[in-house]
Amino acid sequence: MNETKEIQFSDEALALIAKITKHYPEGKEKSTILPVLHLAQAEFDGWLSPQVMDYVASLLKVQPIEVYEVATFYTMFNMQPVGKCVIEVCHTGPCWLMGAEDIVHYIENKLGIKKGETTADGMFTLKTVECLASCGTAPMMQIGETYHENLTLEKVDSVLDDCRKADIRRSHWEKEKIKS
Amino acid sequence: MGRKLLLDNLEYPEIKTFAGYCNKGGYESLKKALKMKPEEVQAEVQKSGLRGRGGAGFPAGMKWSFIAKPEGVPRYFVCNADESEPGTFKDRYLMEHKPHILIEGMIIASYALGATTAYIYIRGELMYIYHILQKAIEEAYQAGFLGKNILGCGFDLDLHIHCGAGAYICGEETALLESLEGKRGNPRIKPPFPAIKGLWGCPTVVNNVETIAAVVPIIRISGDEYAKIGVGKSTGTKLISASGHINKPGVYEIELGVPVEEFIYSDEYCGGIKNGKKLKAVVAGGSSVPILPSHLILKTADGAPRLMTYESLADGGFATGTMLGSGGFIVMDESTSIVKHLWNFSRFYHHESCGQCSPCREGTGWMEQILHKIVNGKGEMRHIDLLWDIQGKIEGKTICPFGDAAAWPVASTIRHFRSEFEEYIRNGEHNRDVKHYYRLNNLQEI
Amino acid sequence: MAKVTIDGYTIEVPEGTTIVDAARMIGGEIVPPTMCYYSKLETSGGYCRSCLVKVTKGSEKDPRPMPKLVASCRQTVMDGMVVENITSKEVLEAREGVVEFLLFNHPLDCPVCDQAGECDLQDLSYEHGTEKTRQEFRRRTFPMRDIGDQIKLHMNRCIMCYRCVKVGEQLAPTRVHGVLNRGYMSEISTYIQNNIDQEWSGNMIDVCPVGALTDKTFRFKSRVWFTKPLDAHRDCDTCCGKAAVWVSGDDIIRVTVRRDPYGEVEYMEDGKPGWICNTCRFEKKKLSDWVIEQPRHIDRHSVIAQNHYEELRKLKQDLSRQKEIFEKSHKDQ
Repeated sequence: MNETKEIQFSDEALALIAKITKHYPEGKEKSTILPVLHLAQAEFDGWLSPQVMDYVASLLKVQPIEVYEVATFYTMFNMQPVGKCVIEVCHTGPCWLMGAEDIVHYIENKLGIKKGETTADGMFTLKTVECLASCGTAPMMQIGETYHENLTLEKVDSVLDDCRKADIRRSHWEKEKIKS
Repeated sequence: MGRKLLLDNLEYPEIKTFAGYCNKGGYESLKKALKMKPEEVQAEVQKSGLRGRGGAGFPAGMKWSFIAKPEGVPRYFVCNADESEPGTFKDRYLMEHKPHILIEGMIIASYALGATTAYIYIRGELMYIYHILQKAIEEAYQAGFLGKNILGCGFDLDLHIHCGAGAYICGEETALLESLEGKRGNPRIKPPFPAIKGLWGCPTVVNNVETIAAVVPIIRISGDEYAKIGVGKSTGTKLISASGHINKPGVYEIELGVPVEEFIYSDEYCGGIKNGKKLKAVVAGGSSVPILPSHLILKTADGAPRLMTYESLADGGFATGTMLGSGGFIVMDESTSIVKHLWNFSRFYHHESCGQCSPCREGTGWMEQILHKIVNGKGEMRHIDLLWDIQGKIEGKTICPFGDAAAWPVASTIRHFRSEFEEYIRNGEHNRDVKHYYRLNNLQEI
Repeated sequence: MAKVTIDGYTIEVPEGTTIVDAARMIGGEIVPPTMCYYSKLETSGGYCRSCLVKVTKGSEKDPRPMPKLVASCRQTVMDGMVVENITSKEVLEAREGVVEFLLFNHPLDCPVCDQAGECDLQDLSYEHGTEKTRQEFRRRTFPMRDIGDQIKLHMNRCIMCYRCVKVGEQLAPTRVHGVLNRGYMSEISTYIQNNIDQEWSGNMIDVCPVGALTDKTFRFKSRVWFTKPLDAHRDCDTCCGKAAVWVSGDDIIRVTVRRDPYGEVEYMEDGKPGWICNTCRFEKKKLSDWVIEQPRHIDRHSVIAQNHYEELRKLKQDLSRQKEIFEKSHKDQ
């Protein structure tokens, strides 16, 4: 995160926020905190720095603490810098039964990082997450928006290679922005 | 073959699209409903005996009837698409493959309740479903099924999607409403119930995706016809998410009343246990419901065959029964370590507790730490009784049902698999296995 | 009006009264303990679960018992309601559990805690806890923080009662602190080094039922039972100016709101709670700043009361001594 960079949403993002705000009755703009934080995370390097949260607070005209409270409650918001590609492996119940721990272990060894860490080149961050509602196709992992299901070690290899090649962080709001 | 009301026409790939859905009779229920009075729609749902498919099984029609109707106050209808119960993935499947049935159900339900704004609260991780639903909503707007004066009947409805951001607790309806208001997902203290004071203090009904979708066939075939399917008070069809050690995991629509044995072993459903192993235990309704060993899941304590209904699964109370819950059917074969499995669930509840009230905040952490110790080979016999005591002090003492959900798996596992705990604590063999397990997963020992 | 029976005592209270408030009208040992409920702060209560009671009869209209124990601080009474508090074994067992949960990660550092002697958690664990602990794990710890120049946050002692958050919401113009993170790791914080320097923020020290928020101007100066609490007032433009001053020797070492037997701020003559401003609390530490009224009546926190007001004679002595101090300090100026 470059501290000197000015924090400012792009015009498309601002237009999208204006559109989302209309979804809620007048005076209930606080409801937009979650969508705007999603958007902020997508726009500003994949994590929420205090500066970004302060910016969101000023944009939504709420107290900064209200944004911090919300941002730290939900697990999808990263409070620390992350790699370009965040690998989230489900490790709950059925995925665990079907060998999720082996998948985590395999990725850890392959990338040379532990859970919660980012590779030195800033490409991958590995996280384990709780149930992602994909129990019938376990084990699974999510990268950006995409679910990679029925994982085998070979499949993990090919998915990670693809990510590296494409060099992308697939963000859910990207598509949305293009549309609006 | 059971009757398919929700997952019909899935072999037809176009069913995902607006045109395809309409070709197969989509939005006909809406047209029919809008010709009826709102009370008549409500009455149909009441007659159908439809019960909430999110887990609690509360009659949907009755829930609708509680909504307050003060003058000049807007009413809201909210769809709970925050499906995060381990073992449950039916809503995701339904929204992915038939998004329009949810939209149609939302419009009918909002009409019946007199809500002019409706929200779908979808968990943030399901962002790709968000795009599918967003597209479906836009198509519905274009077709005049949403917006002002729907189909010329004078009913207005705006439908929006709201994304969560990763919190199991937001599946609890009041936490969901808090989250929708842009706050932390802390469940509210009830009463007042959402039907009186819900979203922004206005009367609100929150229903699960499957419940809302079921309204569509109910209007199509009539409530009475729907009530004929199933057994007793378990009417209609239910989506079951089958996972774990089975040959055919996936989402199945069953007519309530299918024997559990048939569900597990027939080729129509789960197709039996993987690799020809034996069945050890089943969690029949998502991670929160009590686990049952094989002899109790196939037959009740009285020896009657267990059926997939709310009543039959609950037969025997928690001593020998369980719950249908959200229909997350997790099957475990003989090789599964029940103790490790419980630790896995405990870790989940520890992670997901919102931290508002003390028994849950401290208790879930405590239980996980103890189970961690046991799994780690450092358990003592007294830990079993300690776990039992702690879960008893959480159950029923918390603001929301999360405390119960965290306590029941612990209670039921000890109840039915106590010997396995004892063996685990005693047995050195297991401990070696555990060391390996920990090294494998880079877990720290406490 | 609604008639409610609590542990056999019947009282008629206005509709909408909570069970706790009704019990407080009866008074005595049947009053459920409250750690998070604070009647002067809106929407407080419901979190700690120490006030759970059993409702054996819902109301005259609907006599069914309530299926679960209810939080008496949030449940309002209904006409004909019958409540069991200390007469119910189930309630006492649940309360013992709550005490255990609240102490599970508590550092038990009473010997060095400024709250000792006036700590609600001490009272609760004394009355409802067990003498042994079953805690065998490393306790959860947080770094100690200064929030503002005058307030120390010792998060390890916090029981997440949310009272200070409500003070921030309801008394201060803007709230700069709140609850961060989730579940087991949730904490009270300002997140980044935001100081709380608002006029009313000091009141969160008084509402804190434990030693999580303490007055930095008082920290480690004395044990409360060595100090003499006096009712005193001064002319203040911001607040009511009526406070309790805690005197040691010839110095005021602490100023707090006047607290009622349930640890809550007292109502003043104008019917409003007697919150005090930070100027009165932190800056007026000379006896000459205050007009002393009388010794503060302490009846709940026995450890303080026993030291000073055990005998009437001693009380009189104390009073004359205070007058002396007061006159002396005014003369000096």
